[in-house]
Amino acid sequence: MDAIERSLLEQVAELHEVPEGAYNIRANGKAAARNTTASIDIVSKTDKDGIDIIIRPGTKNQSVHIPVVLSQSGLQETVYNDFFIGDDCDITIVAGCGIHNCGVQNSEHSGIHSFFVGKNAKVRYVERHYGEGDGLGENIMNPTTVVEMGEGSYMEMETTQIKGVDSTVRTTRAKLGPNSTLIIKEKVMTHGKQLAKSDFTVDLDGEGCHTNVISRSVARDDSKQIFLARINGNAKCHGHSECDAIIMDRGVVVAIPEVTANCVDVELIHEAAIGKIAGEQLTKLMTLGLTEKEAEEQIVNGFLK
Amino acid sequence: MLELQNISYGVEQDGEDKNILRNINLTIGERFVAITGPNGGGKSTLAKVIAGILVPTEGKILLDGEDITGLGVTERAKKGISFAFQQPVRFKGLTVKDLITLASGKSIGVPEACDYLSEVGLCAKDYIDREVDASLSGGELKRIEIAMIMARGTKLSVFDEPEAGIDLWSFSNLIQVFEHLHEKINGSILIISHQERILNIADRIIVLADGRVQNDGARAQVLPQLLGNVPSVCSALTDKVR
Repeated sequence: MDAIERSLLEQVAELHEVPEGAYNIRANGKAAARNTTASIDIVSKTDKDGIDIIIRPGTKNQSVHIPVVLSQSGLQETVYNDFFIGDDCDITIVAGCGIHNCGVQNSEHSGIHSFFVGKNAKVRYVERHYGEGDGLGENIMNPTTVVEMGEGSYMEMETTQIKGVDSTVRTTRAKLGPNSTLIIKEKVMTHGKQLAKSDFTVDLDGEGCHTNVISRSVARDDSKQIFLARINGNAKCHGHSECDAIIMDRGVVVAIPEVTANCVDVELIHEAAIGKIAGEQLTKLMTLGLTEKEAEEQIVNGFLK
Repeated sequence: MLELQNISYGVEQDGEDKNILRNINLTIGERFVAITGPNGGGKSTLAKVIAGILVPTEGKILLDGEDITGLGVTERAKKGISFAFQQPVRFKGLTVKDLITLASGKSIGVPEACDYLSEVGLCAKDYIDREVDASLSGGELKRIEIAMIMARGTKLSVFDEPEAGIDLWSFSNLIQVFEHLHEKINGSILIISHQERILNIADRIIVLADGRVQNDGARAQVLPQLLGNVPSVCSALTDKVR
């Protein structure tokens, strides 16, 4: 792995060295490194590009890293990763994609991640997207996440896209079983002429299930973001979606909440707040000795922290 | 030492010029100075003019002899002016520690943050990582605002009505904080307040009404006049009370 690939790896997975536990590192369309453990197996798919990650029931306090880095300009790939998480597991999964594009052709990575979460399992899923490079080619990422949650399971999904991704369409589909909980936290910052679209659909099928879809985003320059949160309440359940966005320069944010109650015992709430940085927030930080630009940076960094 | 020379501030309202501050002349160098007076008298406007948030239409502001009239909020903060807002600002995502660190101007550890927070009656353990957002009460925000001013420790600290927006119980505890504040700050404190208990700990009291300085002197001289001068109430109301 060269210096550019190592730097990308650090951005998307906070990895400085080879991680502990199970991992699969994919670089420029090929498997670069893999490690399995007694309770976490990683198997290459034979019918298409991608891997199966099989986590044995009862696996606790372990992590799986599956970062992807692309440093060859013009590389376009679609990868299927399926996670089979056994009952009663408690694990952390870190995925991410870093693209370094110095060429004129577009680099594109589409990761399709499916999670089958067993009964009473607890999963923390962290996904980071990062792009860089001074070429004319665009960095494009279109992640799809499919989640099926078993009874009593809990999943927290954190997705972050802070820099350098020219175009992204993030699609998430989830089906929740009885008493399961899905928390989605999305952080996006776009700049230049970037476009970021997030399309969430959560089906609350099981009695007593719960979801919270939270988006915090900043749209700068001429960038555009679309946030679509669709929650379908099909049983006695609780659903909440929240879009909180700061717009700067000529940035555009569209928030489209859609909640459907198909059952009389459903409780669904959506909230959306979009606006520029409040003048009094800037003034307060300026009274502490910060310049207006420094104050703006602090507010944006804090907001996306 | 802060000097205000012939400070006036006016705005246009409904096509007419309205003077909010009229030819204010003050020199403030005492340890603890309180500005009081009726609502709408220009107190908060004066505080904002000192902090650089509002630009006076006329007059000069000098800090230790240096003309700072043309300086903005940031420059004045760097010269040594701190300003505690009447309504503290909330920030989504910024924590108590973030704000105290920004206020102190250097990277601080938990023990230092704890020093400032304990001075205002907050336990650092419970607050340091909390976001300064809508989850905090008005009283908590006021205390954090004061802790930030302490962390700055500048030559002049201006407080705009610290009692506003908090309940009597919370305020009662805050008084003790102000009683010891000058020991922590080592600079001049200028506080805008309506509260007798705050006026009671001031070295000097300035009464501002209708944009003018109506009275100015040592506490012993001004406070008895203020307390003796209760405005007459309308007869309909006094009749009801009788």
